Amino acid sequence: MPDRSEFPLWEVFVRTRGGLSHRHVGSLHAADAAMAVQAARDVYTRRMEGVSLWVVPSAAITASDPGDAAQLFDPAADKVYRHPTFYTVPDNIRHI
Amino acid sequence: MYTTELSRNTAPSVVCDDAERLAAFEARVAADEFIEPKDWMPDAYRKTLVRQISQHAHSEIVGMLPEGNWIGRAPSLRRKAILLAKVQDEAGHGLYLYCAAETLGTSRDEMTAALLAGKAKYSTIFNYPTLTWADIGTIGWLVDGAAIMNQVPLQRTSYGPYARAMVRICKEESFHQRQGYEAVMALCAGTPEQKAMAQDALNRWWWPSLMMFGPPDDASPNTEQSMRWRIKRDTNDALRQKFVDVTVPQAEAIGLTIPDPALRWNEDKDGYDFGQPDWDEFWAVVKGDGPVAADRMAARNKAWDDGAWVRDAAIAHAEKRALKRAA
Repeated sequence: MPDRSEFPLWEVFVRTRGGLSHRHVGSLHAADAAMAVQAARDVYTRRMEGVSLWVVPSAAITASDPGDAAQLFDPAADKVYRHPTFYTVPDNIRHI
Repeated sequence: MYTTELSRNTAPSVVCDDAERLAAFEARVAADEFIEPKDWMPDAYRKTLVRQISQHAHSEIVGMLPEGNWIGRAPSLRRKAILLAKVQDEAGHGLYLYCAAETLGTSRDEMTAALLAGKAKYSTIFNYPTLTWADIGTIGWLVDGAAIMNQVPLQRTSYGPYARAMVRICKEESFHQRQGYEAVMALCAGTPEQKAMAQDALNRWWWPSLMMFGPPDDASPNTEQSMRWRIKRDTNDALRQKFVDVTVPQAEAIGLTIPDPALRWNEDKDGYDFGQPDWDEFWAVVKGDGPVAADRMAARNKAWDDGAWVRDAAIAHAEKRALKRAA
């Protein structure tokens, strides 16, 4: 059989427990999605780390460019009026 | 388990066409910020990391061999279950680390090929044989103990994926050392023959364990650069001293003697003075002269070759399923 290239890369997400979001924990190589789930179970949940797994082909992820970070995220820095602490309310006003 | 800088050559000097970006990078690292895969980084930083992380990953994988060798011969079901879990952890640690290295632009296949061809380095400790059951306890106690000592500071290493892998590894590895010490403790509380077995294992593993921290600082040309880039957070000698200081009382507590005639408490430095390992032996083992280095490589190659049909079948199956879905 010809030399095959390595298995594709998958990103693994684990839901720690009910009520929480899935969170990225790492990646692994697997031939297909079913194998990726099986391997993720063995590699990332050996100590009751989760109750649910997602695996996503790494190639399917589009990431923002670190070079664009300023352009993307800095504009939020001067919009303090988006936070409740921006507004002054007298101390005697309750429940607001 | 562990790695240290095993290259005697100085890292390539930082040649950079972009002084401004280099300055920004150095400032971020100095401020203890994490560098992430898509961030700009100097070539030498990338190369050093690829070498260090892949060596670390190889060490985890080769490290399964001396212990796996004893799973079938563990003295009780309890010990067998523990050893299985530990060896499985080492496989997992290898995978975390390979993945971290891959974010720097090397591939799993390249790293595997380098290891199998005998071109990659891994921790010298795994080129020593595990002769008795006492060796398994001693490895957990000393080798994993030394590994933890090195890895705890690496949780704050500057490269994000490496640091995150270290956090997982440290969390999982804390049981490795304790189970080892417990196994040695059990032998020391046993018959005189069992206790002698524990002492014999300590005698053989003590010096190789001290070597795990790498060459002395004055023979470790890359330390300064690596410390500045927060790839390394403590010097080899500082970690070695710390290891000796915590381990000696552990040995004394169970009636074992550290095989070092030069070992004595030094009030002034609040630590032990101790002898130097045989550094010629260390460099010889780095180059592949360890007592069982050839066995280790043969075992890895056999596992890889024997597994080829499984990998091929998995790919063929995935392709067939993909075709069916497309139809």
